[in-house]
Order: sequence, then C-alpha cells, then structure tokens
Amino acid sequence: MDMTALLLSRIQFAFTITFHIIFPSFTIGLAAWLSVIEAMALATGRPAYRVIFEFWLKIFGVAFGMGVVSGIVMAFQFGTNWSVLSKMSGPIQGPLLMYETFWAFMLEASFFGVLIFGRSRVPPWFYLFSTAMVALGTTFSAFFIMVNNSWMQVPSGYVMENGAFVPDDWTKILFNSVVWSRFPHMLLAAYLTGAFCVAATGAWYVLRKVYHAESRIMLRMGLGLAAVLMPIQLLFGHLNGEYVNSYQPSKMAAIEGRWNDEKPGSEVLFAWPDVEHRRNLFAITLPPPFGSLIDSDSLTAAETGLNSIPQENWPPVVIPFFAFRIMVGCGLVMLALAWFGSYLSYKHRLAYNRPMLWLTFFSFPLPFIAIITGWFTAEVGRQPWVVFGLLRTADAMTPFLTTTEATISLVIFCAVYAFIFLFGTFYIYRLIRIGPARKPFEVPHVVVPNRPMSLADEESTQAPNYISAGE
Amino acid sequence: MVMFWVSLLAVSILLYVLLDGLDLGVGLLSGLARGEARRSAMLSAVAPIWDGNETWLVVTAVILWGAFPVVYAALLSAFYLPLIVMLLGLILRGVAFEFRYKTQRLRWIWDVSFVGGSLIATFIQGLTVGALVEGLPFTNGQYSGGAIGWLTPFSVLCGIGLCLGYALLGACWLIRKCEADVRDIARRQIPVLAIGVLAFLVLVFAYALAEHLPILHRWIDRPYLFVFPVTGAFAATVLALSIVKHDDYLPFYMVALIFISAFATLALSFWPYMIPSVITVDQAAAPPSSLNFMFWGCGVIVFPLMLVYTAVSYSVFRGRVGTTSGYGHH
Repeated sequence: MDMTALLLSRIQFAFTITFHIIFPSFTIGLAAWLSVIEAMALATGRPAYRVIFEFWLKIFGVAFGMGVVSGIVMAFQFGTNWSVLSKMSGPIQGPLLMYETFWAFMLEASFFGVLIFGRSRVPPWFYLFSTAMVALGTTFSAFFIMVNNSWMQVPSGYVMENGAFVPDDWTKILFNSVVWSRFPHMLLAAYLTGAFCVAATGAWYVLRKVYHAESRIMLRMGLGLAAVLMPIQLLFGHLNGEYVNSYQPSKMAAIEGRWNDEKPGSEVLFAWPDVEHRRNLFAITLPPPFGSLIDSDSLTAAETGLNSIPQENWPPVVIPFFAFRIMVGCGLVMLALAWFGSYLSYKHRLAYNRPMLWLTFFSFPLPFIAIITGWFTAEVGRQPWVVFGLLRTADAMTPFLTTTEATISLVIFCAVYAFIFLFGTFYIYRLIRIGPARKPFEVPHVVVPNRPMSLADEESTQAPNYISAGE
Repeated sequence: MVMFWVSLLAVSILLYVLLDGLDLGVGLLSGLARGEARRSAMLSAVAPIWDGNETWLVVTAVILWGAFPVVYAALLSAFYLPLIVMLLGLILRGVAFEFRYKTQRLRWIWDVSFVGGSLIATFIQGLTVGALVEGLPFTNGQYSGGAIGWLTPFSVLCGIGLCLGYALLGACWLIRKCEADVRDIARRQIPVLAIGVLAFLVLVFAYALAEHLPILHRWIDRPYLFVFPVTGAFAATVLALSIVKHDDYLPFYMVALIFISAFATLALSFWPYMIPSVITVDQAAAPPSSLNFMFWGCGVIVFPLMLVYTAVSYSVFRGRVGTTSGYGHH
C-alpha cells in the first residue's frame, strides 16, 4: 500500500468530482426553472418569457454538455483508482449507477432533442411536457446519485457474502431515511444555484440598462424563488445534521470542533482546531445547551467528543470544520440577499437600488461554493471510511497503484480540465454578456438531435446545414 | 439472467465500436484533410450524433460494473493509465466539436485536439483489446503486470489496427454523408484502408490461434463457429464489389458486418471466460439480487427504449450533408 498514491488518488477524486458537480448543480435547477418559464409563456403569452426561455436554454446546453463530458470520467474512476471498493460494493453501487445512467439517458437525451429542434414541430403542450421530462431526468440523476452516496454514508439493506456487499433488501437502500433528508438538500441546493444565477444575470442587465422587461422578470423570479427555498433549505440542512449526529458521531464531532464528551453540549461558532493538542484555539463558543439543542433538538442530550473515538477513526478535523462553516455562511448571506431583495422588489425599489443590484450580481458564486463545501463536509467528514464503519478508504484503493501512475494521471487531469474549463467558462460568460437575442428564434430546418452545445453557435460561424438527399 | 446481461453488454460494446468508431474514424481522417471547407463538411457529417454514440461507452461501463463488478474492478485498474488517457482524449475530442465554431482565430487549437483526441482514444481502445487477447499477467485473480503490463508489440499492433479499422468506418460514413471532393477523397481512401484492415485481421487471428492452442481446439471441435469468419470474408467480397461499382451505401454496412464478425469471433474465442483464463462469465456475475433489480428497472424496458432512441436519431439525420451554407428547404 502506497500512502502517497492513496493521497493523490483522493485528491484526484476530489478534483474531478468537484469539477463535475459545478455543472449538474447548475443544470438541475435550470431545467426545473425552464419548465416554469415555458409554462408562464404559455399561460400569459408575454413574449418576454419566450425570449428568456430561448436564452437560458442556450446556456443550459453548454453547461449540460460540460456536465456530460466530465461525468463520463466518474463512471470509470471507481474502477481505476478504487478497484477494491468497486469489486466489494459493485452489487449495490453498480446497479444504482446503472439506473442513473439509463434513466437519465432516456429522458434527458430524447427530450432535449425536442427542446432544441421541436419548437415548430410539436404542439405547445408536448413542448412543455418535454421541458418537464428533461427536468425529471436531471432529478432522477440526482436521486440515484444521492442514494448511491447515502449508502456509502449509512450502509443498509446489505449482507456480506464472499467479501462483497450483497443487496438483500433494495427498499432499505432506496428508502433509507438518510436519502430523504439528503436528496432534498441537494435538489434545493441545485434550485438555489439556478435561482441565484438567474437573479445575478438579471441584476447585471438592469445595471447595464439592457433587456428591460426580461431583466426584471429574471431578478424578481430568481430572488423570489430563493426567498422561498432558502429557509426550507436551512431546515433540510438541520435534518442532515440529525442523521450525521445519529450515524456518524466522528463526522459530527469534527464539524462541531468538539473534543470532549459534553452533556449538554456547547456550540463552537468559530475556532482554529489544533489537532495535535486536541483543543480549539481562538474559540468563540455558545454555552451549553446550545450544542445539544442544535445537534439533537434537546436541552439535555449528551454529545460525543473526538476524544472518545479512537484517533485512527478520526476524519481530518480541520477540513469538515471549516467547509461546514463556509457552507452555512454562504447560506446565511444568500438568505439575507434573497429576503431583502424580494422585499425591495415587492416595494418596486430594487431596480433603483444600485448597491443591492451589485451585491446580487456578485452573489452568483455563493451557491456553487456552498455546494462544493457541503460535499467536502460530507465526504472528507466520512474519512477514514469509504463505506462508513465497514471499509476504509486506504483498503479500498487499487492495491498495485503506484505514486508515479497516480501523479501522471492527476497532472494530466488538472491540465486538461483547466484548459477546457477556461474556454467553457469564457464561452458561457460571452453568451450571458451578449444576452437574449431580440429576433424571433430561428429553427434549424433539419432536426439534429443530440448536439446540446450547438445552440451556442453564433450565426456568423455556423456549421453548414443539412440537406436531405432524395427528397 | 446472467446470459441476459452478457448479451446486453455485447450489444453495448458493439454499438459503441460501430457508432463511436465511425465518428472517431472521421476525426482521424480529418487530420489528413486540407482546408477549412473540407474539415467543416467532415465534422458536419458526425456532429449531431457523436455524443449519443459516446454514451454507449458509459452504458458499457455501468453494465460492466453492475452486472460483472469483479471484471470491472480488474480491468479498469489493470489499464489504469491507458484508460485515463483515453477518457481525456475523448473529452478533448468532444469539446472540440462544440468549441471550434465559437472562434475563428483559435480554431486550429480545436482542430488539433479533435484529431489528437480521436487518435489517442482509438489507439488505446485497440491496445486494450490486443492486451486482453494476448492475456494480461494475473496471479490469484489479481493483476500483477505493473504500470505497463499491457504494453507489448502485439497490443501496439492492435492499436494501429483499430486506427485503420475506425478510419475505414469513417470513410464509409463520409461517402454516404458528404458530396463533391470530400466524398471523392474518401472513395480513394477506402480500398487502401480496407486492404490494411483485412490483412491485419488475418494476421491477428492467425497469430492468436497459433499462440493459444486451446482456443484452436475449441474451433476445430465446433466447426459451426466458422460461420463468423466466413461472414466476414463474404462481407469483404461485397465491399470490394461495391467499391468498384461506386455504391455509396453498401460499404458502410459491409464494414460494419466485418466488425461484427470479428467481434463475434473474438467473443467466442474468449467464451466462457470474460478475462481469458482468469475469470469466467459465471464467476464474474453479480449476485441474483443485483441482476434482478437491474433487469426490471433498466434491462427489460429502458434498454430497448435506448435502442429505439438511437435508431430514431439516426433516421432523423439521414441523407447527405450539404457543403453550402444557408438554409435549404425540403
């Protein structure tokens, strides 16, 4: 077992999955929002809704393409770097990933083709139905991925046979109580990401005095949706804390920076965890029973500290401790922005309040940062286990993987991803800067399925069109 | 149930090889094309279908993990570096499709990554199959070949062979889809590529049979297996005739048939092993509780729907690609 290779493999997984999650978290929310916009367009007949729809569909296409391309890597990485895990948990994780792939392929790919090329070919109700199906497809994806990850966090419904985890009750795996607090948490995070990106774009257009009608709709809807969803998200965040507290005391203790058992517990707001001396430096702490109240919904509950857990079962305390606080901080800032912005919007003052518009514009990275730090909390907090309490990450790695191989692969991953991410981000930025087209949407005259990102092509440099032979 | 998943795996691999093979082949040939107009026409011939084609690779990977986790774990870890490089090649190729039309000045970057990505991905797929045919070093079911155990003269030869094979598929696709000089160039390339591919196949099978006598015995014991090589020979004959006659539609089907017979010959030579002489199909299969769960939720309805979807997207995109810009009408 090569410890350097292990560390590099973990960094590689973290790097590739962090890169990947950026795109789905954006597209899941956007897909749902597009269905709403299409419904509004049909219900009100206002052209602004149609313009908004076509514009965000383009951006959805580019982000969706980047998500698919970076997702392919994920399907392989379990086998390349974590072959012991994939052999042992294959009977459970494999089928779940298959569901994710098959269902998403069927719904997203087929109905996405309708969205791009079907505007003039299918009746309006079917077009609306297609937007809903694309949103359903992305939601299915999120669901099966969350089931998969939740099984690694809180294993259930399995028996051990010949050194493998064999499913004996799929209902326990699919309807694991943990899934039903984590899946909504992720889904809401994605919706909030979509909401803030839309609101930020709207704010940018208002500041630049372009797209008068569309920018106000985006701003109002984005902030309004966030104002409603953000408190619900905090509630689900709290429910997630409860599952961590029940099933993963080591993760909870690291998040809370709690070294000693306490009854009732105090709550560390800010500190610098000093792992070597098992203490917090510069701590700002709320007295008991705040810790028990937050973690266990009780005034008297006992809270586990790291000292009562063997040190070989500790996660790297610092990462979950800070990642969690960054996530919550982003959430609270988003809540304040959404509520205050919606209040101003209700008073019809938002469009004239320049500081607030700038704040809204600059808020678009917050949901992404919150999602990434949230996943860091969940995944790094699960360490040293890959399947919690059953299989250690160190034992899950491909045993013959060398430092050299792991270094080479990590370096080329970083190079290629940096390269395409820069260009991809630049192209999305350029699309958003140009904004929605004022002309009626032109439909390519031949249906070309399955080319999501081609929506973003500029008129001037279009690929040649397709002319059918023999017709 | 195990047989059901074996056949789904076979269908997925075959679909991937044929479909992504043709667009990777067009990518290889675009490296030989001169001038923006030709390259652009070649890209248009595969632009709408490439990512649907690539999806079959993911489908193959998840079937392998879900239904045969032992093989998934063994193969993916054994081919660590080549697989990761292949994936990055596919990524570069994929984004090149989309990004090249968004810039004039930097278009050459995306043209290079399109050709380079296609070349890397194709070569490594051939190399992987070659290494499997030759037999990877395994001890007690654990890969023991080190970082480059898959690198042998034979596997490199197979990598080159698959480049020829995919290029042939790509050329046969181009004569169906393109017009004027792009089609004419492809027509001239097909005989050269076809002779190369057939020579390569004969060589490989002769070598494989000579090296692995047990496989040869299986073939001699069951003469009806020779239906596949014979089909391949028949397809090669029809291919030659159709090239002489300047038929633009038959060659693609014939090359596909050659691929299918080569694939079937290979699979039958492996049978009942999934990794030759290491793990059999039955040893590799996931427990029944996994296979049944996948059968009802994915295999029996969703998989056929995916096939239908693929067929529909191809039928929608039939006919030739014009070399002129602007909107034409039916």
